[in-house]
Amino acid sequence: MNSNPPILEVKNLKASINDNEILKSLDLKIHKGEIHAIMGPNGSGKSTFSKVLAGHPAYKIISGEIIFKGLNIIDLEPEERSHLGLFLAFQYPIEIPGVSNEDFLRLAYNAKQKFYNKPEVDPIEFLEIINQKLQLVEMSAVFLSRNVNEGFSGGEKKRNEILQMILLDSEVSILDETDSGLDIDALKIISNGINTFMNPDKAIILITHYQRLLDYVKPNFVHVMQNGKIIKTGSAELANELENKGYEWLS
Amino acid sequence: MANQSNKTLNTNITKLVNQPYKYGFSTTIEKDVIAKGLNEKTIYLISQKKKEPEFLLNFRLKAYRKWKEMKTPEWAQLKFPEINYQDIIYYSAPKSKKKLKSLDEVDPELLDTFEKLGISLTEQKRLTNVAVDVVFDSISIATTFREELAEYGVIFCSISEAVHDYPELIEKYLGTVVPIGDNYFAALNSAVFTDGSFCYIPQDVICPLDLSTYFRINDQNSGQFERTLIIAEKNSKVNYLEGCTAPQYDTNQLHAAIVELIALENANIKYSTVQNWYSGNEQGKGGVYNFVTKRGLCSGVNSKISWTQVETGSSITWKYPSCLLVGENSQGEFYSVALTNNYQQADTGSKMVHIGKNTKSRIVSKGISAGNSKNSYRGFVNINTKALGARNYSQCDSLLIGNLSNANTFPYIYVQNSTAKIEHEASISKIGEEQIFYFLQRGISLEKCIELMISGFCREVFTELPLEFAAEADRLLSLKLEGSVG
Repeated sequence: MNSNPPILEVKNLKASINDNEILKSLDLKIHKGEIHAIMGPNGSGKSTFSKVLAGHPAYKIISGEIIFKGLNIIDLEPEERSHLGLFLAFQYPIEIPGVSNEDFLRLAYNAKQKFYNKPEVDPIEFLEIINQKLQLVEMSAVFLSRNVNEGFSGGEKKRNEILQMILLDSEVSILDETDSGLDIDALKIISNGINTFMNPDKAIILITHYQRLLDYVKPNFVHVMQNGKIIKTGSAELANELENKGYEWLS
Repeated sequence: MANQSNKTLNTNITKLVNQPYKYGFSTTIEKDVIAKGLNEKTIYLISQKKKEPEFLLNFRLKAYRKWKEMKTPEWAQLKFPEINYQDIIYYSAPKSKKKLKSLDEVDPELLDTFEKLGISLTEQKRLTNVAVDVVFDSISIATTFREELAEYGVIFCSISEAVHDYPELIEKYLGTVVPIGDNYFAALNSAVFTDGSFCYIPQDVICPLDLSTYFRINDQNSGQFERTLIIAEKNSKVNYLEGCTAPQYDTNQLHAAIVELIALENANIKYSTVQNWYSGNEQGKGGVYNFVTKRGLCSGVNSKISWTQVETGSSITWKYPSCLLVGENSQGEFYSVALTNNYQQADTGSKMVHIGKNTKSRIVSKGISAGNSKNSYRGFVNINTKALGARNYSQCDSLLIGNLSNANTFPYIYVQNSTAKIEHEASISKIGEEQIFYFLQRGISLEKCIELMISGFCREVFTELPLEFAAEADRLLSLKLEGSVG
C-alpha cells in the first residue's frame, strides 16, 4: 500500500444530469506513478465520471468530494482544474471550425503559462516547442495549420488529444476511450505516446472497454464500474478475466 | 454546493451580456429644431433652412408625394410596431452662430462628444491618414483635410455644402442610382434628408487619403435621414469608411439613409461600414430602427464597387447594399458580418444586378445570432438577357449561439441567359456547449473561446476591411458577444 497522500481522491461522489442520478457513491484513490483502468458495461457512468472530474457544467454534484493535490476542486471552474493539471482526453473530440490547431494549442499552452506567472510564448517560439511534441505521436506539422479536429480521421483526432496531454504536461490525465476506433498501428503510436509521457510524478486513468490497450499500457489497478459505483478493484489480471467472462459474473 | 460552478458560470455570463453600451451617453446642446411631424410645410421649412435651390425643393416634394402613396414593406422577416411618422423630429441641428471658418470654431461641447467617441477633430490629434466628415443629428459639423484633398481635385464635404457649391453635380447625379420612389424608406429619405457626405474623385486620381463619415444620433426624438453621394470619375479610386453610434434611450429612433455610389470607366470604389447604433437593452427596449438603401452603379467598363459591412447595432436592420453592373467587365462585391443579440432583428443581404457583358459579382455573408435574436440573409442575383458570360458566387454562412436565436437564408436567383455561371453555398453552424467545454478543459477562458471562434468565422470578411476598422470590428464583436453563451 502507498502511504503517501493520493494525488486524486474521490469520496462518496454522487452526481446527476437532468435529475437523473448517474454516479451513486463513487470512491477512488489514485497515487502518483499509477495507471488505473476503469472498465464496465455501457451506461455504467464511466464517461459521466470523467466529465464530472473535469467540471462539465451540465452535471450536478449532489454530494461528495474530489480532492486533487490536497484541494477540494468541486467548486472550481473547468479551466482552473485544467490549470492545476487535470486533463481529459475526450471520447469524441469536437470539431472547431475556423480555429487553427496551432492557435488553439498555443492559446492553451499560454493560458497555463499565464496561470503560473510564466512568460507567454510567441508563435515562433511555440513552433519549436510543438514540433518536438508532434514527433511523440507521429503527427506531421500539416496538422497545425488545419482547423481543430475538422476533417481529422478518428485516429488523427485521438492522436491530437494525446498531443495536447503531452503539451500541457498534465499531472492527472483521464483518457476516455482513447483506444476506441483505432487501427492497430494508431493504437501502437498512441500507446507509445502515453508510455513516453508517463513518469513517477504523474497518474493516468484509462477508461476502456477492451483488453488490447492494456496490452500496451500496463495498468497498476483495474476497476469495474457498474450502475454509478466501483464494484470491484483488482490487478491487471482482472482485465483478462473480464475479457473472457464479461461483466455478468460480477453482479 | 450543488451546481455551484454552474451557477458562477451563469452569473459571469449575465454580467458580461449586460456590459453597458459604451457610446450610450447623450450631449446637452442648444438646438435649432423644426417641430415634430411631417407634411409639405415641414419640407418647405427644411429646404428653406438649408437655403436650397429650387430643383432640390421640387425633388423633395415629388418624393414626399410618392411616399404618401406608398406602404411600409412587409416582406422582411422583421416585426416592429407601426412607426408614427408624425411623432418624429425631422430637423434638429446644433445651434451655431455663423458659418465656421475652421474647426477651432466648432462648439467645444461637440468636439468633446466626438473625442469621447474616439473621433478627434482637432488639428493635433486627428487621424493622419483618414479625412473625416462628422454628422451630428441632422447636420454635418466638420470635415477634416478638405484643403489637402482639394489640391488633388478631390471634393469631400457635407452634402448641404455640395448643394451650394456644386449644384450641377448634385442635380446631375442625385437620385440616379436610387430613384426617389425606389422604396418606402428611400422616398421618405429623399423628401426629408438633412445631411450626409459628398465625395467627388476626378479623373485619373487615386484618392490619397481614406475618406470617412461618422454619424451620431444625439436627440431622443429626432430621426436621422442622411444621404451620401460618391462619384468616382474615369480611372479614379477611393476608399470610404462609415461609422455610427447613438445614445441609449428607451424609445426607438428612426434612421433611414441612402447611399449612392457611381463608378465610371475603370473606377474603383470600396465602401466599408461598421454600424454600431444603440441596439436596445436585454429586454429589447429602445434602439435604432435602421432602414437603409445603399446602391452602387458600375456604369463604366471595368469599374468596380465593393461593399463591406459589419452590422452589430440597431434593434432593427433592413439593409441590402447592391450593385448595378452596367459597364462591361464591371465587378460588384459584398462582404458582410451581421451580428444580432438579445432581441435584435436583422434582415440584410445584397442585390447584384448583371446587365453588362462579362460582369462579375461576389457575395460573402456571415450572420451570427445570439440571445433571442433573429438574423436573416436575403440575397438577390439577377442575370439579364444581355449579360453574357456573367458570373456570380454567393456564400452565406450562419452561426447560432444558444438555443433561442434564429437564422434564415433567402437567396433569390434569376438567370435569363444560358451563358451565366452561378454558384451558391450556404452553411449553418452552432457554438455549442460541448465546443465551449473543450476550450475550458484546455484552460482557455470563455471570452477567449468566443473571440477565437467568432473571428475564425468572420475572417473572410474582416480581411476586406481597412486595417483600423478590422481591429475595431474584431473587438466590437467579441465585446457584444461576451457571455451570450450559456
